Amino acid sequence: MFSPPLSRRVFLKSLGAAGLALLAQSRARGALTRGRVVVIGGGFGGATAAKYVRLFDPWIEVTLVEPKRSYVTCPASNWVLGGLRDLPSITQTYAGLARHGVRLIHDTATVIEPGERQIRLKGGAILSYDRLIVSPGIDFRWQAIEGYSAQTRMALPHAWRAGRQTRLLREQLVAMRDGGTVIITAPQTPYRCPPGPYERASVIAQYLKANKPKSKVLILDAKTAFTKQELFIAGWEKLYGYGSDDSLIEWVSGPDGQVRAVDARTKTAIAGPLEEKYKGDVLNVIPPQMAGFIARDAGLADQSGWCPIDHKTCESALQRGIHVIGDAAIHDPMPKSAYVANSQAKVCADAVVALLNGRTPGEPSWINTCYSLVGSEYGISIADVYALNARGVVESMPGAGGVSATDANHALEAAYAKSWYTNIVNDTFA
Amino acid sequence: MLLVICCGALLTAETGVAGGAIGRTIGVACSACHGPRGMSEGAIPSIHGLPAKQIESAMRAYRSGKRPGTIMNRIAKGYTDNQIAAIAQYFANLKP
Repeated sequence: MFSPPLSRRVFLKSLGAAGLALLAQSRARGALTRGRVVVIGGGFGGATAAKYVRLFDPWIEVTLVEPKRSYVTCPASNWVLGGLRDLPSITQTYAGLARHGVRLIHDTATVIEPGERQIRLKGGAILSYDRLIVSPGIDFRWQAIEGYSAQTRMALPHAWRAGRQTRLLREQLVAMRDGGTVIITAPQTPYRCPPGPYERASVIAQYLKANKPKSKVLILDAKTAFTKQELFIAGWEKLYGYGSDDSLIEWVSGPDGQVRAVDARTKTAIAGPLEEKYKGDVLNVIPPQMAGFIARDAGLADQSGWCPIDHKTCESALQRGIHVIGDAAIHDPMPKSAYVANSQAKVCADAVVALLNGRTPGEPSWINTCYSLVGSEYGISIADVYALNARGVVESMPGAGGVSATDANHALEAAYAKSWYTNIVNDTFA
Repeated sequence: MLLVICCGALLTAETGVAGGAIGRTIGVACSACHGPRGMSEGAIPSIHGLPAKQIESAMRAYRSGKRPGTIMNRIAKGYTDNQIAAIAQYFANLKP
């Protein structure tokens, strides 16, 4: 039995002013939609944002611009370097996002035109947006280390963007002679994935211990301390003889550990004020970083090379209508991690959906958890819960979070780390 | 008839989310570890569709230290009673 259609007056009244404006816009476009969101970047930030805007409001059109057709995750890429899993097992596709109604464009965004609310793609297309979410990840400061450039990154892989670089570095490790030295250079903060270099050293040490036991890992570190340091060192002592003459891992820190130059031909790193030379058989340079190119080019980054944002909505502090999330954004004290990118993306999606519906964005909430494998069955973690304080700045909830207990069940933490990876990948891409 | 359907669909998508806005906001943050909609693969437990009382009492027990944990004890300390109640409602009422 049909109910009589609502009168036009009742229908329009129920929409409210914002609804009317949007209806007018969409009628002008000839489609029934609450607005168009364009997302630049298909990593943990961009993919999560695209998916969750669709989940929160299926009446919003979402287009994701990402040149790669498949995405190799940085999380778990260390595990590939250690031989714990292979590259295909950490490679994600965008089929899941397509199922959620995200329109995928595999092209590169070249220019953002904030005044026109549009972006241009390398292939020539122009995309209009009502709200733009930019999640471009990182770029490297190629000039920061003499002798390190886009040209030498094949001989001295950074593997700080996963995929081909991961495979290259793994091949070098496998080919290395027993008794060789693997050098990892760790940069000063801020950089993507604070514990990354130390998990990398750990899983490589595990690989060397089993396959090339006379070899060593040498970390040349610009910093004097690192995240989860006590836990890593306790694990290294237990598993890799750290602190003994037979230690598989060595850590040179502070000014002495600051790498100023590298020689790709001899795989030598020059560090410290006295320009000490360290010759390696494999030299993994993790260079200093900054926000991805498109963000800097569009005027979204400040002098630091990273993008200031409103913490509540992730809207750029420098350009209205554009939101920046993930590693490219400045969101201290939250670290630059895939977990934070995923968490932030949901807060951003919620805010963008609210704004397109003419509502005030709600109270945000974030979590970060960083799992690291010190060994394949030895996991450690650091966690934090975040909220917006009275000044509108994100802060860590006092009394919450923190690192694993010293007597933690590290086998269980390792199992959780592996489960976490599967779950965050499903949460982001499936 | 079409007008009625459109009207219903154009109303905010938020109406009727158990646990309200804050339940969903915190709930989706939990998904990074517990899986999308709280459906986990591997060692981390699923929390999708668990009874609200169970989620609530577990979170409170982790928070007070009554229940030992590897990580949930640290995370639960970040939430108030109201937030825990909202999270519980959110996951308990998620459709399959």
